[in-house]
Amino acid sequence: MDSHKGVLVCGEIAEGKLAPITIELLGVGRKLADELGEDLSTLLMGSKTGGLGQETIAYGADKVYVAEDSLLDNYNSDAYTQVAADLCLKVFPSIMLLGHTDVGCDLAPRLNGRLGGGLAMDCLALSVDPATKLLVSTRPVFGGNAHATVVSRSARPQMATLRLKTVPPAERNDSRQGQVIPVEGKIDPSALKVRVVDRIKEEVEGVKLEDAEVVVSGGRGIGSVQDFEIVRELARVLGGAVGATRPACDEGWTPVTLQVGQSGKVVSPKLYIAVALSGAMSHIAGCLGSKYIVAINKDNEANIFSVAHFGIVADYKEVLPALTAKFKELLSA
Amino acid sequence: MHTIVCVKQVLDPEIPPAKFKIDPEAKEVIPPPGVPPVISVFDERAVEAACRLKDKHGGKITVISMGPGNVADVVKHAISMGADEGFVLQDEAFESLDSFGTAYVLGKAIQKIGGYDLVLCGRYSADWGAGQVGSILAEILGIPVVTLACDIEAVDEKLRVKRIVKDGYEVLEAPMPSLVTVSSEIGLPRLPAGMRLMIARRAQIPVWTAQDIGPESSQLDKANAHTEVTSLSLPTRKTECEIITGDNPGEAAVNLALKLIKLI
Repeated sequence: MDSHKGVLVCGEIAEGKLAPITIELLGVGRKLADELGEDLSTLLMGSKTGGLGQETIAYGADKVYVAEDSLLDNYNSDAYTQVAADLCLKVFPSIMLLGHTDVGCDLAPRLNGRLGGGLAMDCLALSVDPATKLLVSTRPVFGGNAHATVVSRSARPQMATLRLKTVPPAERNDSRQGQVIPVEGKIDPSALKVRVVDRIKEEVEGVKLEDAEVVVSGGRGIGSVQDFEIVRELARVLGGAVGATRPACDEGWTPVTLQVGQSGKVVSPKLYIAVALSGAMSHIAGCLGSKYIVAINKDNEANIFSVAHFGIVADYKEVLPALTAKFKELLSA
Repeated sequence: MHTIVCVKQVLDPEIPPAKFKIDPEAKEVIPPPGVPPVISVFDERAVEAACRLKDKHGGKITVISMGPGNVADVVKHAISMGADEGFVLQDEAFESLDSFGTAYVLGKAIQKIGGYDLVLCGRYSADWGAGQVGSILAEILGIPVVTLACDIEAVDEKLRVKRIVKDGYEVLEAPMPSLVTVSSEIGLPRLPAGMRLMIARRAQIPVWTAQDIGPESSQLDKANAHTEVTSLSLPTRKTECEIITGDNPGEAAVNLALKLIKLI
């Protein structure tokens, strides 16, 4: 395993640019590489990677491996796995980092299965143990109700996917020097077993739950599909998105795509307003990253108050209309 | 069509967080008394996906679950939903395995069952949520994998899978056999009822030990683990909830709005 050296970031390109997660990974990857006294390299895949190699160097990479192939323009699990695995078997990275994105969630475990490494998914922090020089990955378990640290003693590469926005992006320095290295070898089309037939973009009405600065979520206590409109109205006035707990979705009051929690979406808005929901472990898992959590519940014993920053103990039907009206007034002023 | 579904029994994630206790020394969770463990939510959706395929095309569903204690309960739950048969994988050697060890044991069992067209797993488990057993298992079995499925159909001897991505979904075509990991967007699992409950109650669930599936002992040796949990802790929450009051709830709401408007 001493033959494994360096940190390799698996980059992602979104609309011709380096994806934000990749710039974040370059920041943390640079730090890990410096602590180990080793190189930071990056793999970029796609046919339009043009100037991105130099940009990746500006963000901290020493070497950028560029795999140019139109088969790599969109994510293809078989093709990406093949290219990334081949590169790992050439450069033997000690650490490999990916984003916890659609791509990383698919590619990382598969690559790990092929390479026999050690992988920690959805990490919140990455560091090097000063004594052992091992990668220490901190990740949420049990829906974020506990944190575990994970190491790979002998399996290589040590792999991790990093959750978005958990580290600051790398700083750009255009005077940095580095090497852009084309990846040799063509993709073997016979290894592409799964065919991408179509890609469908779904338009969401209003603000997307994951991107919203404000999320207003309702729980079982809302009581009916009609009353959920009170929650929607507050979200509309705040320019935010509507969320719901699993029981509220199970009741059919909102589409299941709006479920916040362990089995739904994980959100981290500036403001999360939790209305008439008790705060089960699985729900809290989806909103703990919010900057401010507000709880409105008539039961002062409800668990949601234990994670909230502000709360009102009262029936939501007596609170929300006044809250919505006041926000409307304040925001129009 | 023969579908094998891998299911896991987990701590009920719907419990209030106050009941959630850990043993940091043992790096384990202390199961809350009186709360029965449940089938992991995504695994239940995987069973649902298998049942929908069976409703349409017929065939057979086999369920396997690895774990200590009464894991037969989650296999029976799957049978009550519509699965035909199930096996429990239980052995001291299978306890506290990492994702590679788990995938290896599941792979051995699946190879023993044989003759499958599709293997389904949940996208991750509701407890440790490593999120990789399905993909490693596919590599071990040497079959293609599609992750994060929100819909699975069988068309002309092929699988047509919708895969959830950030701004919509992809439609993928995979050969049989393949492995697919299922996400919650596939929809609610059916509620078992009537005859199915009776069939499940009476079902015999054979237990396979290490001897039955013949793993190489080196693959189960903890010294060869690919990953090791070195600590387990409760995240520190510094929040102190400030209760906003007023002469009536409406006034409290006004006071809350005035407070929040400065923060957003």
